[in-house]
Amino acid sequence: MNRIQEKLNEDKKLLSIYFTAGYPEINDTVSIIESLEEAGVDMIEVGLPFSDPLADGPTIQESSTAALHNGMHTELLFEQLRDIRKTVNIPLIVMGYFNPMLQYGVEAFCKKCHEIGIDGIIMPDLPLDVFQEEYEAIYKKYGLINVFLITPQTSEERIREIDEVSDGFIYMVSSASTTGAKSGFGDEQKAYFDRIASLNLKNPQIVGFGISNSNTFQAATEKAKGAIIGSAFIKYLTQNGTENIQSFVENILD
Amino acid sequence: MSYHANEKGYYGEFGGAFIPEMLYPNCEELRQNYLKIMAEPSFTEEFHQLLKDYVGRPTPLYFAERLSEKYQTKIYLKREDLCHTGAHKVNNTIGQILMAKKLGKNRIIAETGAGQHGVATATVCALMGIECVVYMGEIDIARQAPNVARMKMLGAEVRAAKSGSRTLKDATNEAIRDWINNPVDTHYIIGSVVGPHPYPDMVARFQSVISEEIKWQLKEKEGRENPDYVVACVGGGSNAAGAYFHYLDEPKVGIIAVEAAGKGIDTGESAATSALGKVGIIHGSKTLLMQTQDGQITEPYSISAGLDYPGVGPMHAHLFRSGRGEFISITDDEAMTAGLEVSQLEGIIPAIETSHAFAIFDYKKFEKEDVVVINLSGRGDKDLQTYIDYFKL
Repeated sequence: MNRIQEKLNEDKKLLSIYFTAGYPEINDTVSIIESLEEAGVDMIEVGLPFSDPLADGPTIQESSTAALHNGMHTELLFEQLRDIRKTVNIPLIVMGYFNPMLQYGVEAFCKKCHEIGIDGIIMPDLPLDVFQEEYEAIYKKYGLINVFLITPQTSEERIREIDEVSDGFIYMVSSASTTGAKSGFGDEQKAYFDRIASLNLKNPQIVGFGISNSNTFQAATEKAKGAIIGSAFIKYLTQNGTENIQSFVENILD
Repeated sequence: MSYHANEKGYYGEFGGAFIPEMLYPNCEELRQNYLKIMAEPSFTEEFHQLLKDYVGRPTPLYFAERLSEKYQTKIYLKREDLCHTGAHKVNNTIGQILMAKKLGKNRIIAETGAGQHGVATATVCALMGIECVVYMGEIDIARQAPNVARMKMLGAEVRAAKSGSRTLKDATNEAIRDWINNPVDTHYIIGSVVGPHPYPDMVARFQSVISEEIKWQLKEKEGRENPDYVVACVGGGSNAAGAYFHYLDEPKVGIIAVEAAGKGIDTGESAATSALGKVGIIHGSKTLLMQTQDGQITEPYSISAGLDYPGVGPMHAHLFRSGRGEFISITDDEAMTAGLEVSQLEGIIPAIETSHAFAIFDYKKFEKEDVVVINLSGRGDKDLQTYIDYFKL
């Protein structure tokens, strides 16, 4: 069983954290991952920066630009993560945009992830049909879980289709927005959370976008299995550096 | 074999819809409806009425006698520069604003580089009384002040794209992000044959009026519908797509695409995507694009803002890869010289984008009897300052 699937079987609400590799400093990747695990985070999305991150708001855009400026690239990230499984046990997911993966070679990319001990991949702009036709077999061969997104606008028919193809969790985007655009949840989100919960999907859902503190984490995970924090963590790193990651996580889980 | 898009929006290996799920419902709504709506009599009637009475179509197909004399071949100019707002861009914005109305949208967003598509979008929004937001790179806003003023005068809001390199690519990113944040009430009018399916095909269809007219106009003048060559400049490639459209599957019609070499293909300051690009994903489409080895999209350069795009529409990527189209790249200097020549031989000042298409005669020799149609995609008023600075007028 993949580490993601094992984690999803635990009887608790999961906190997952996204950060951009190569930010704030080029060599922070490993220490950020280790600090997050130590602080009690359940799962980590390691962001592979891209020049044109369409689905991201200003915070993650700026961290991506800075990371690329710092010299981050695909091969370097893999090198930094080479020994990560000697110290880290929680599930690790690579998240990015499809073009850098395509240029690396999809099979070579998956093979490298497998060797390192990466458990899953999130590529928001790799569409469902292309994944199924061209890449699903490669992901399976290397034991990688592909995570799909759904939004409040996704039709039930398509949600069920995505549920069928998924074998880990579904990334539930909380509102129609780019990352970091909105904070807090209104009645609309609550109705959406209820609606998805009532579909009884086979894959658990983890909510992302709009979660920045303990309150929003609680609200997001009332029905869902877990929640992902990205922009709020990047902002924290920008302001506080990597020294005190523990206190950021404590504030969420408080 | 057809050079048109298949039903999934692929031209050969290029095209498709590589979009995050947040955009899926928007694109899917459009995909399911665009052909149906374009076939409705009420739609086509209004579209053609506006093209006739508002845009000023059909645009003339003009025999350029002195240019023909100089290059010893028969050169016809398709006068898209005479369209309202000064370029072919408005053919597409008329079509898309009507599409938006049919889809019940009440807000329009667009991206623009030099401002031509922004102006064409602001124009049709004013015409229809619909809210309009145009994203434009901060750098482009500074260097294209007259078009920014035109958009504002037409009632549009111009929003500065401050991310990345702050030019067309980033304006497009910002427009896409706006669409993600406003998925229900907003229609995104993309200005070229780029972006996720169905945009490249839809925009090509709206622009296809160009080659539809060339066919009957040439029949009147030359007794045949098909020229030997049709020539157009290509940035994203919408004027080219329109000029080629009805000739794509006519193998005897030569297709010539002219790209901007900038300061030269090997100088690092170029926008010649066919020469410098590799297969990749940009703005939701699989196509040829200029990028680093790691797949980061790079910044192109051309003296002409309209050709300054790191990718090319998937139709053109396929024309290049398959060999159906002949691609020629033209430097800034060659284009400027050709623009001056056309001005003085024919009394027409072309847009600098179009000037690239007039600079091919050193690279491509035609027979005396060949009929060569050059799509004169836009007029040079907007570029006057660049011409003034370049020629010290």
